[in-house]
Amino acid sequence: MVRSLFPRDLFAEVDRLQRELQQSFDTVSPSIRGFARGYPALNVGSTPKSVEVYAFAPGIDPARLEINLERGVLTIEGERASSLPADDGKATAHISERFQGRFRRVLSLPDDIDPAAVNASYRDGVLHISVQRRESAQPRRIEVQ
Amino acid sequence: MNDQAVTRTPEQTVPARDEPALLPPVDVVEDAAGITLYADLPGVPKDRLNVRVEGETLLIDADLVLAVPPDMQASHAELQRTHYRRAFTLSRELDPDKVSAELSQGVLRLRIPKADHAQPRRITVQVA
Repeated sequence: MVRSLFPRDLFAEVDRLQRELQQSFDTVSPSIRGFARGYPALNVGSTPKSVEVYAFAPGIDPARLEINLERGVLTIEGERASSLPADDGKATAHISERFQGRFRRVLSLPDDIDPAAVNASYRDGVLHISVQRRESAQPRRIEVQ
Repeated sequence: MNDQAVTRTPEQTVPARDEPALLPPVDVVEDAAGITLYADLPGVPKDRLNVRVEGETLLIDADLVLAVPPDMQASHAELQRTHYRRAFTLSRELDPDKVSAELSQGVLRLRIPKADHAQPRRITVQVA
């Protein structure tokens, strides 16, 4: 353990530790675009009929979110304003952990999605994008003649 | 692993507070009249947020609620828990009775004013 002359912020340390722990427990293999734990955090799941993407992006104006789907690659872009005070000497920021500035996250979707059937909604700071799979790719029962 | 199973307290006696939870990132800003705390709590509806002051500790507890299709299988999850928790120790000049909270689009804004006696005062230097 390295002793520091200036003890670091305990909460930031605990936060870092939690992130490291969580990473080591992850069993999902990283994709070619890396395993960036950026902002917003993403959860992805799939059902036989659709692919569901949840982006945890609190404090965003949904009208200023840029969501693009091009050749099976989903891009979520936007900007988050800072809540920190202007540097006018009247207020002091003691802790500053929340993300601020421009963000961009890229995600490749399965091949069988239908780019024309995409729904996006924003609620309680969570962006939910639902992409339907193509009819032809859905499991079908084949009748024996 | 076996040692853990032996020494571990049974599930039902573990208080909810000791369960692992998400640690929401916060900003804390102080001005002359008080402290403003912003916390990112995406996915938390108003009725699942619990902010309280116990003694000198400010506690934020919240549940992440997602409407997920029942037949969905997760393939990638960066958020793997559904509970947020964070605690702060308040200092004595802050007034715990006047804490106000608002939750908007997954961001909690807490305002903790300073007690009247702690409001800033300009001290005039007496010239002898």
